[in-house]
Amino acid sequence: MATTHSSQDSADIYEDTVVIRLIQFSVLWAVIAMTAGVYISAELLWPTMDFGQFWLSFGRLRPLHTNGIIFGFGVSALMATAFYSVQRTSHVRLFAPKLAWFCAYAWQLIILLGGLSLLAGWTSTKEYAELEWPFDIAIAVVWVLFGVVFFGTIARRKIRPIYISNWFYGALIIVIAMLHIVNNLAIPVTFGKSYSLYAGAQDAVVQWWYGHNAVGFLLTGGFLGMMYYFLPKHSGRPIWSYRLSVVAFWAFTYSYIWAGPHHLHYSAIPEWVQSLAVVMSVILLAPSWATMINGIMTVSTAWEKLRTDPALKFIVLSLAFYGLATFEGPMMSFPSVNVVSHFTDWTIGHVHSGALGWNAMITYGTFYFMAPRLVGVPLYSVRLANIHFWLALAGTMLYIVAMWGAGVSQGLLWLSVDEIGELSFSFKDIMASMQPFYALRLIAGLIFLAGTCLMAYNLSKTLVGRKAVVVKPPPVDPAYAIGKEAAV
Amino acid sequence: MSALSLHKRIEENTGLLIFGILLVSAIGGLVQILPVLNQKSLQAPSTNTQPYTAVELTGRDIYIREGCSVCHSQQVRPLIAEVERYGPYSRAGEFVYDRPFLWGSKRTGPDLHRVGGKFSDDWHRIHLIDPRAVIPESIMPGYPWLAKREAHRAGDIVAKMTALRTLGTPYTDEQIAQAEADLEGLLEIDTLIAYLQMLGTGLDEEIAR
Ligand code: HEC
Ligand code: HEM
Repeated sequence: MATTHSSQDSADIYEDTVVIRLIQFSVLWAVIAMTAGVYISAELLWPTMDFGQFWLSFGRLRPLHTNGIIFGFGVSALMATAFYSVQRTSHVRLFAPKLAWFCAYAWQLIILLGGLSLLAGWTSTKEYAELEWPFDIAIAVVWVLFGVVFFGTIARRKIRPIYISNWFYGALIIVIAMLHIVNNLAIPVTFGKSYSLYAGAQDAVVQWWYGHNAVGFLLTGGFLGMMYYFLPKHSGRPIWSYRLSVVAFWAFTYSYIWAGPHHLHYSAIPEWVQSLAVVMSVILLAPSWATMINGIMTVSTAWEKLRTDPALKFIVLSLAFYGLATFEGPMMSFPSVNVVSHFTDWTIGHVHSGALGWNAMITYGTFYFMAPRLVGVPLYSVRLANIHFWLALAGTMLYIVAMWGAGVSQGLLWLSVDEIGELSFSFKDIMASMQPFYALRLIAGLIFLAGTCLMAYNLSKTLVGRKAVVVKPPPVDPAYAIGKEAAV
Repeated sequence: MSALSLHKRIEENTGLLIFGILLVSAIGGLVQILPVLNQKSLQAPSTNTQPYTAVELTGRDIYIREGCSVCHSQQVRPLIAEVERYGPYSRAGEFVYDRPFLWGSKRTGPDLHRVGGKFSDDWHRIHLIDPRAVIPESIMPGYPWLAKREAHRAGDIVAKMTALRTLGTPYTDEQIAQAEADLEGLLEIDTLIAYLQMLGTGLDEEIAR
């Protein structure tokens, strides 16, 4: 299979080696960034665990955790799956494969150096946009090139319709580019320092327009692209309702953007902006659940596969957590709930029900699906993958429950006043009562990380030392083939 | 079904799809974000709100560098319990010189917007170096290195103030010329304390009572 071929041949086979490399990088970042997550969990129990070293300090490691996961693990996985699926849904080799390789490696370099710069204290502090301006520029350039490869491939497709997964990946690329550029506008002072173009309340509104939609179009939209390709592919069933996916996509793209200011309830931003965000957050529930239902109905006739196939189990379970997180989100944007949840560990629990339950799990399922197919051998160990599944589920559940406990009690105790309007509890006492919850979260993180390490071992045994299988695009059904009038 | 046939065109044309996504996702930003950016009242300082001095600005940038904002909010909400615990709720006019804003999203530690004047400088010094020296059960990290580094090395203060002036902060030439001398002999921790002590003191007089 791994025969050498002339450049003539390679023009019509899929470029899959770059996909393999991106999967490996993604898994590496998952292990590193989750280890950072476990470490900061431990620091909240034993605050001296930074050993007086500035680079181990909680305030610097936390952004390393979030950026490492979202941009290292998450974006590498999105690039891998986008490259894999856009070729197969377009029936052509990647456009400009060398550029795809450049994107893959340039991205890893940005994450590596960017991570080090965070430890060095270079930060804008804007959440998920902490990296300073030299990295912001590099990210913008690589992102645009990623778009060139992706849309270039679609433009050369052999089949008329653009498959739905590609809309989601497309929205990821376009919207994140817009958000990233606008939110990071700043005046540089030195290499590691700049001042935001926006100040105070206005800066807050721009930041959460970005922050919320980074979650929306990267952690939600991008991963829905994964879902729309791999779920039907893997269950061997077409997507349940095409129309529902059309409507849900546009509703999602339209309404997500408005919801950012729900991160700023009761703050000094204009009231109408907050109210609008509540309304749009509630509306958002509809396309979110429509998509989930579409996914669940798609596998509903293939339940028997769930028993034997860990990859499909991960993907289906991830949809359940997606449903949970997208229900909880709109609830938390009601001012009456937000007043309790905001600033507490409830938010952390909400984030991780999406992060662990949805993002990580669907990625794991997708990797277990792709890896054996990419190199043409069975997965090294299905047993280990099954163990991983249970570890991931247990870790996620424990994490969420611990943070709900912590968050709801923080929220209520902070607000509690007695009959004469005096505070019932001091901040210090409430802080001290969090320790059992933080201990549970640490255990949850260790369990989840252990599962991730099992996967890293399993996938490396499957992938390392093997070459990508040569795959040629299958012929296109003439009814859908692009004819002479081929519009791009 | 013209909606569907329109959609058929979009889903078969890369350029239209790109354009459609850009258009649909931009509407929210245009209608909701742009007006906020144009709202002049959000740029008007409260009567007591002054630009950060060279020392405070250095302290603020250390606060940013150390990531204090991942555990501390600076945003007191207009709720009885919150005003009781922290002080008068936060007004937009107090933040007009904040680049970036530091409202935070998580209160592992208490809100700091009204911390100015709450403790003595010495309390802060001990607390920042080793929080457990004053609050035994504290889970805040210690920052011993701040008491070892000289403040003028924490960044080019003249370049910083000049950049901020470009963005509209009304620094005078004298303030900028004086900046390096202001930092003379100070440690990083001194500037951070100066910043903490001025936090929340920019409120209008009648509100501050
Ligand atoms: C891991 C989270 C964490 C980080 C990071 C952190 N703090 Fe704290 N901070 C706390 C906690 C918890 C308390 C409450 C216990 C105490 O007073 O030590 C606190 C208390 C404080 C207080 C006292 C507030 C009051 O009203 O009692 C100040 C001032 C303070 N921190 C400043 C800072 C500064 C400045 C930084 C950055 C250099 C920082 N903190 C970083 C968690 C943190
Ligand atoms: C081993 C698994 C993980 C552990 C132990 C862990 C732990 C943590 C901890 C301790 C925090 C800081 C909470 C605080 O400040 O109180 C955090 C924040 C965060 N984590 Fe994780 N994490 C894990 C996995 C993930 C994954 C997979 C993702 C994303 C896909 C993720 C995304 C985030 C985000 C976005 C935040 C910031 C939340 C906010 O500011 O609201 N984490 N995590």
